[in-house]
Amino acid sequence: MNLNRVKHIILKEFIHILRDKPSLAIAFVMPVMMLLLFGYAVTTDINNINLVVLDQDMTSASRALIQAFQNSNYYVVTGYEMSYTGVKNEIDAGRAKAGLIIPHGYADKLSRGEQSPVQIVIDGSDPTVARTVFNSAQLLGQEKSAELRLASLDRAGLAQKIPAGIDLRPRVWYNPEMTSLRFNIPGLIGLVLQNITIILTAFALVRERERGTLEQLIVTPVKPRELIVGKLVPYIVIAIIDVALVLGIGVFWFDVPVAGSTALLLALSAIFLMSALGLGMFISTVAKTQLQAMQMAIAILLPSVLLSGFMFPREAMPKLVCFLGYVMPLTYFIEILRGIILKGLHLYQLWADVVPLTVFGVAIIALSSLRFRKRLD
Amino acid sequence: MDWAIEVRDLTKKFDRYTAVDRLSFKVPAGKIFGFLGPNGSGKSTTIRMLCGIMRPTSGAGTVTGHDITADPEKIKQNIGYMSQKFSLYEDLTVEENLSFFGGIYGLKKQELAQRLEEVLETALLGTKRKALAGILSGGWKQRLALGCAIIHRPQLLILDEPTAGVDPVSRRVFWDILRELASLGFTILVTTHYMDEAEQCDLVAIMYQGVLEGFGSPAELKQEWQVNSLENVFIAMVERHRSLSEEVKV
Repeated sequence: MNLNRVKHIILKEFIHILRDKPSLAIAFVMPVMMLLLFGYAVTTDINNINLVVLDQDMTSASRALIQAFQNSNYYVVTGYEMSYTGVKNEIDAGRAKAGLIIPHGYADKLSRGEQSPVQIVIDGSDPTVARTVFNSAQLLGQEKSAELRLASLDRAGLAQKIPAGIDLRPRVWYNPEMTSLRFNIPGLIGLVLQNITIILTAFALVRERERGTLEQLIVTPVKPRELIVGKLVPYIVIAIIDVALVLGIGVFWFDVPVAGSTALLLALSAIFLMSALGLGMFISTVAKTQLQAMQMAIAILLPSVLLSGFMFPREAMPKLVCFLGYVMPLTYFIEILRGIILKGLHLYQLWADVVPLTVFGVAIIALSSLRFRKRLD
Repeated sequence: MDWAIEVRDLTKKFDRYTAVDRLSFKVPAGKIFGFLGPNGSGKSTTIRMLCGIMRPTSGAGTVTGHDITADPEKIKQNIGYMSQKFSLYEDLTVEENLSFFGGIYGLKKQELAQRLEEVLETALLGTKRKALAGILSGGWKQRLALGCAIIHRPQLLILDEPTAGVDPVSRRVFWDILRELASLGFTILVTTHYMDEAEQCDLVAIMYQGVLEGFGSPAELKQEWQVNSLENVFIAMVERHRSLSEEVKV
């Protein structure tokens, strides 16, 4: 390995990147944009569901129930309708996701100690919203019933006779407020890094082939490994800047602090980058044109979003699909990121992910060097 | 005698097809060697073998004293190659292209700076040293490609159709530079379809269908074929082949 030669390749590659505006944008604007977009758009926390109310009872008891729905923060009452058709129209038009129907005689039945039916109509087209409505409405109903029961027992002077029951005390670790943002940010850091590095490096060699400059390089004494290393170094530098950028946005803008060691996080990021850069290089040795390289990059990026556990819990996947996720370096890296950022795990707790990630990185870089050597002959 | 190129029975077969058939010749150092022949006659295949990027099926050869099968990497260090595509980095300036290739050939900082100035002068590139290669016209690109090929002072310069698609004035300027390089001791192998360029060579080889049909100075070849120009040597040679193949048919 002639270091002087490698230095000149690195310099040249930096000039390419600096003079190419789209490359620069991919390197530094895309990560910020993706992080902000995903950070705000990808959320499974549902609040402020639009609720339409049909109150046929018009009593203080029915108003108390409506108030309870509003107070829960899950619902915003968008309107009061006078008929069932009115409720249907609102939900059909999408102005409301749920309808609360309190029938005539609600307060009377309650005061007589009878069970009093209340209907909640749910727009089930988005199951996530529907599930939230379903669960929260049920919870509200139970709470309200318990309250009423307690009040009537109290009136009968029997309140102290209620059995104590179980006192279940939930304590949520790592993400106590259970916000999906906290869960998403670490995964997002991995995803953004993967996308940037694979896309940029996939183009690195193909560009030379497409423009005919590779033919010129082949007749020079440059060795394949010198070319590969020289081309990788600039992207490693960019990727490291991106790690800092993305992590900074996560910590300071989205307020997701790193619970564990930042140094460990950076060290393991470097191992992941080796895999991602290697994958990009590999694409570069297989693809003949930049268009092909782009298509191959997408063919790797898209499944990795779905299979890595970034969005969907891998536990819920069928065995085969779940297994496919193990082929992707992002799967391991997201585990590592969540482990360090949310749980504050140490290296000894992360071996199961670090080892396969390292093996993958070494293998893919070796493979692309080998493939490239063949192409030179 | 110091031979820049020496090949013996050099043969390259692709499956059944013989692209180059038992080629033997010697080129002395410091000469301009014209390598002629119609498209598909085996010139490019021969050049690839001489550059050490393609292994011959059989036969042997040395280029700048190094064996083409055993030491291709040493050959690469000692030759400069320029293809008709002028493979330059269009988003790099003239200077940046030159110093990149200088660096690739292992020139150190001081030597590189010195060679850069020499090449800018030799290839008449000085006035556009800061210009991006992409905005240069054909003639300038051609001279830049030449500059990149000679930056490391190779013993042998291999030029594959360097003047294809370049205007006549640029062609003349280019050949003036080649002659100057030859006078400085460079050996130059050049392929061309222009017979006026071939006439300027010290030594000419003509290939036809993978076989070496003629070898010598332009004057020797014209005498051998009893014609007054290399163009007529070329035509006479092709016609003889045609009549031979017709005789076979009859």
